[in-house]
Amino acid sequence: MKFIIKLIKDFPWFLWSGWGAIASILLFIALWDLGNQIYGDLVLPKPLETFGVLLSMLNDEQVHSDILTTIYRASNGFIISFTLGTLLGLLAGLFATASIMSRPIVTILVGMPPIAWIVLAMIWFGMGDMTVIFTVVVASFPIIFVGALQGTRTLDGELKEMVDSFDLPWWQKFTNLYFPHIFSYVFPAWVSALGMSWKIVVMAELLSTSDGIGAALAIARSHLDTASALALVTIMIGTLLFLEYVILEPIKREVEAWRN
Amino acid sequence: MEKLKRVNSEELIVNSLNHYFGFTEILEDINFTLKKGEVLSIVGPSGGGKTTLLHLCAGLLDVLEGKVSNSFVSSSFAFQESRLLPWKNVLDNISLGLIAKGVKKKEAIKRSKEIALKFGLEENDFEKFPKDLSGGMKQRVSFARALVVNPSLLFLDEPFSALDIGLKQELQNLLIERISKKELTILFITHDLMEAIRLSDKILVLKADPGQIVKEFIYDLPQDQRSDEYVYGESAKILKDKDIIETFFLSPFRDNAKACMNLEMKL
Repeated sequence: MKFIIKLIKDFPWFLWSGWGAIASILLFIALWDLGNQIYGDLVLPKPLETFGVLLSMLNDEQVHSDILTTIYRASNGFIISFTLGTLLGLLAGLFATASIMSRPIVTILVGMPPIAWIVLAMIWFGMGDMTVIFTVVVASFPIIFVGALQGTRTLDGELKEMVDSFDLPWWQKFTNLYFPHIFSYVFPAWVSALGMSWKIVVMAELLSTSDGIGAALAIARSHLDTASALALVTIMIGTLLFLEYVILEPIKREVEAWRN
Repeated sequence: MEKLKRVNSEELIVNSLNHYFGFTEILEDINFTLKKGEVLSIVGPSGGGKTTLLHLCAGLLDVLEGKVSNSFVSSSFAFQESRLLPWKNVLDNISLGLIAKGVKKKEAIKRSKEIALKFGLEENDFEKFPKDLSGGMKQRVSFARALVVNPSLLFLDEPFSALDIGLKQELQNLLIERISKKELTILFITHDLMEAIRLSDKILVLKADPGQIVKEFIYDLPQDQRSDEYVYGESAKILKDKDIIETFFLSPFRDNAKACMNLEMKL
């Protein structure tokens, strides 16, 4: 409870510190406009025009349902890898053999390009939700798994001894030692897996479905409609920025205040 | 390890204790008794099994051969390193042992504040995380954490070895204050003879390979009356002892050279 109050109390200050970020985004838009003046509207439409398209898109029922579909797929995929990755990672971390055995598998999962997974998934599951969700899971699961595994493996033996010397009951050992330590590894992994899910979902949709933001992007490409494509990208990036800086970053600041 | 809850005869008895790591014998036939209100030091060269012996007595390691019976009501441990939980601030670190014993959070924090001030920490340090503390401050917090639970038996594993002389004396004086009131029993591990002479009622000398107790020294003068001259004098006496010379200066050579230099510098 105290934690949540502190989170809310610090929030305005955190937002105020965002001026620097806004300045750099505006600079980026200025460069974009410069690009438009050099290369013309087909290659790079005016930022203003793009935002105009974006505005009309945001009032469009079709786009709303596309966004919702994409969110549905990304969040399903993320929740599955969140649950599986955290659980299996913790379990694997508890046993030396399991963690040694899982390493090469993780390397394979991380090393295999998501595009190859999409091809396989299209063969296995056809064109639809399942293919997209599967790809999201496959791409974000290893990140969380490795985070949870490392969190469990790297527990400090000296701290454990100290906690033992004070005869802490098991649940206090968990809340005072195990949880904070593992959380410090697994939380950043969750954040990067979420970002990964959001990027992969669009790629998978572009190749394998007829709805969602990815599919809309594919249509924009076939019409050579650069303004719509950029507007869609802006929606994607806007959501990601919102998630990362407005929701996750303040939480991260509070839970990791003890770090160097 | 047996834990008998008899308040009137609190003692720690170690009986023909042997210990092995794999096939290497670490400790051989260790016997001693630590009575309530006593300070017992075990001195010896580094790597001689002192820490293992302390961990066996504190129940942090399982006894393989022999017997350790501890009838002290409560105990706590101060380590060589401060071992603070990095995600907890100073007060939460200090109150860890109290919370473990079921003391209410508010009461635990109140008592932690009191002891923190006594141990030379300041109000504005209370909310700091260990990363923002100096080495000496961390060790103060670690000591406060061990003593806030009012243990009847305190295990000390060379907790002064990384501290500067001023802080060392300050923390030792805080201990001596409690020892003189007979509030505290201490089992103390060190490689520093002068430290042992300043604090202990009894010193056991542990030689290495395998760890055996080769000598016992007893000091009757109350700790709060021991002057620097007394400590220097006793150190000089003890250094002439044949067993001490053998333990510290001859067997494994590297350690002894170091111990020797240490002592010469202090004398």
